[in-house]
Amino acid sequence: MTETKGSFDERRAHLAAMSDEELYEYFWKLAEKIVDPLVEAGRVYTTPAIERSVLLRMGFSSLEAQAIVQGMVERRLIPHGAGHVIWRLSEQLGEGIRETGLGLVDGKHWEDAVRLFEEVRS
Amino acid sequence: MNPDKKQVIPKREADIALHPEERLDIRKILDGLEHYHSPRRPWHWREEACVPREVGDFTYLEASKPLERSLPLPGSRGFGFIDPQADCVITTEIASGRFEDDVRRMRMAAWHGADHIMVIRTAGQSHIDSLMEGTTQGIGGIPVTRKQCRATRRALDLIEDEVGRPINFHSYVSGVAGPDIAVMFVEEGVSGVHQDPQYNVLYRNINMLRSFVDACESKAIIAYGGQLQIDGAHNANATAMEAWKVMPELMVQHAINTMFSVKCGIKPENIALSSVPPTAPPAPCMRLDLPYAVALRDFFRDYKIRAQQNTKYMESETREATVTHTLNMVISRLTSADIQSTITPDEGRNVPWHYFNINACNTARQSLAGLDGIRTMLDIRRDGPLGERVRELKERAILFMEEIIETGGYFSAVEEGFFVDSAEYPERKGDGIARDPEGGIGNDTLYKRADDYFAPVSVHFGQNNIPEPFEHASDAIGGDTFEDPSKIQFIDELDDYDNVNVRIAEKQKYYDNTNLIRPEVEFMADGVLVLTMMLPCDQRHAEAAALKIGEKMALSDCEVIHSQLMHPSEGTYIEMKGKVGFDIDLSTLELPQIVETLSEAEIREAIHAHPMTIVAATVGEDEHSVGLKEILDIKHGGIEGFGVKYHYLGTSCPVEKLIDAAIETKADAILISTIISHNNVHYDNMQKLADAATEKGVRDQLILVAGGTQVSAETAVSSGMDAGFGRGSRGIDVASFLVKRRREMRGDA
Repeated sequence: MTETKGSFDERRAHLAAMSDEELYEYFWKLAEKIVDPLVEAGRVYTTPAIERSVLLRMGFSSLEAQAIVQGMVERRLIPHGAGHVIWRLSEQLGEGIRETGLGLVDGKHWEDAVRLFEEVRS
Repeated sequence: MNPDKKQVIPKREADIALHPEERLDIRKILDGLEHYHSPRRPWHWREEACVPREVGDFTYLEASKPLERSLPLPGSRGFGFIDPQADCVITTEIASGRFEDDVRRMRMAAWHGADHIMVIRTAGQSHIDSLMEGTTQGIGGIPVTRKQCRATRRALDLIEDEVGRPINFHSYVSGVAGPDIAVMFVEEGVSGVHQDPQYNVLYRNINMLRSFVDACESKAIIAYGGQLQIDGAHNANATAMEAWKVMPELMVQHAINTMFSVKCGIKPENIALSSVPPTAPPAPCMRLDLPYAVALRDFFRDYKIRAQQNTKYMESETREATVTHTLNMVISRLTSADIQSTITPDEGRNVPWHYFNINACNTARQSLAGLDGIRTMLDIRRDGPLGERVRELKERAILFMEEIIETGGYFSAVEEGFFVDSAEYPERKGDGIARDPEGGIGNDTLYKRADDYFAPVSVHFGQNNIPEPFEHASDAIGGDTFEDPSKIQFIDELDDYDNVNVRIAEKQKYYDNTNLIRPEVEFMADGVLVLTMMLPCDQRHAEAAALKIGEKMALSDCEVIHSQLMHPSEGTYIEMKGKVGFDIDLSTLELPQIVETLSEAEIREAIHAHPMTIVAATVGEDEHSVGLKEILDIKHGGIEGFGVKYHYLGTSCPVEKLIDAAIETKADAILISTIISHNNVHYDNMQKLADAATEKGVRDQLILVAGGTQVSAETAVSSGMDAGFGRGSRGIDVASFLVKRRREMRGDA
């Protein structure tokens, strides 16, 4: 059995004078401090699961979403957003969203997609 | 979300409504499923729960709107079959592995007061990096797929119409496909979810950053769906070696997920803590667990409490599990519970069976009704050891959080093994679960969003650059599936050999002919039954003897599921399951005739026209008079209420005395009650009464009636009675018979 940085009695000294309400406020302030960096990570990162969830809502099946996101990961398009890539591609091709996505599932338009976002980057 | 676009809520379907006298036919649920959209969406709390309510003879202080259809508790017989519904939602967890059988169990549970149906996922689904599809059979749960969810929700939509109360369907948004599942759940009308990224990290070894990033999107979707979210902190209780010491950590885990959820947009009223009383008897659990329950409700006063049952110390005895559950509910009632969860009492021995779900619901219904309003008389004393312990637990939790921050944050704390350590913080045992922030499943699947990142959907967490000229992100695609459900893609089956159609075909005869049955505990016609026995020997021999008994009874797959010593040599109690290999055809059975009773008005009229007197007593050496009084007494709906005059001669009355009293009072009938049935003494007493009446020459003028819990109508008649009334008989049954029989005797039938 180990004690972390002193016993309960030693470590609670700074809490002893707090009222129950102050303790409550402090508890939630600490909780916020712990989760804030985690929430910030959620704002700036994306993942294959998030992108699949976007494609599901755009009207693709789970199998289609998985194939498209996999292609986006391989071609490093995913940081732009999988739905974004399909939307821009569909604008360029003059095709519907679903038609464009199914084209990607069939291995079509990938070069166009890569080119489209190289242009954006440049 | 574009506020101008309203969700389209489909109409309820009437053409496949359920009828109480017919079994649910899964084939109707599956028919046209690809076009079905549930009208149920957000979480539903019980209605009208905050006002005193009259139910039967009583006023309830913690009861909600009653059900239109239900099966009341057995004990309600003495109270006019009342079925008060507690103020809190009652959960049952159902997962046999086959959803087509689960929905029938859900229907049974709803009739016993469950309005939160939780579906457990099959083993391993957490690690599948996609939605699963189809209806493959699961292990310890079902693969949660769109088809399974839609079919289950469709069945629940029908079941909630049958019982008259909305039912919350619930499952898990966890693993590496959390956001995918969250989307599917909103689309398919799932109204409650477990979502807690700590669960992925600690128990599924999924990369920490991946878990939390995914969780942000999942929680934003959950917030949009109005679903109730339950966290996963109770798992620490179930995992830690000495669960009574993890209370400070449990509060920390609850706090992390709660605050994280608030920041992701979930409203406090939709955030629930999965709280378990950490201990169980023979530990002095109430004294240990109550301060924890109070501390938790103090700190989390803005959030909901889902009171879970302790499972950590559950063994194979269902009685013991039921007592723990009941004690847990005393804590719920002394503090508070918005959702009262139930764990089936057989969870310590197998994947839960049909009737144990019902037993667990009834344990909750019974305990909550029994404890109704107890807080108006009992108060929690904070000015003693409880208050001191509450304060101590809160401070310990705070110190735990301070150290998380000092260590460098949540990821570092997990890396150091802070969590699920069995010592009481700030002590540490060093047996916590440690994870590498750079490791775990999915560690290489995080991508920084580019400056132009865009997700053209109505709900999204974090950075999203909506291009000109769109006001709302989903405008770019003309609305997403949340706004236009017709865009949802439905996948039927991916496996030709493992799906519901194959399973239905295997059981075709039972689906086609509902007269054909076998005993059943989880799957249709599984043939499983349980034998209970007391064998007068030691435990090892008893278990072997039980298996031999099963073999001699021609049962297959026999297995001892519970064995408990009564004494080292005097006896062992055994519960053993086995399977029967034959069907019973209900259409070939001869059923005892149902006797139609006359209406109350007709009986009253007949007695008014021709007054009736009876004499009554319990006979033989029998002091059990409660049942007889219920049949006689006006208060209990007895025959007195119809105008029948009775002379009650007491208990253990000699039959000759009854005959003499009947002659003296010019009685029309003699009613005897006989509960004791050793060596068929009850039937012997009936014969004695009939013989005595014959000897005194009054048999033809008297109606002789016997009643008792072990009385069969047929055997009573063959023992010289005019009628016999068994368990569950009511005053009106007896009164109706007396009137009819007298008409026959008078020749005016």
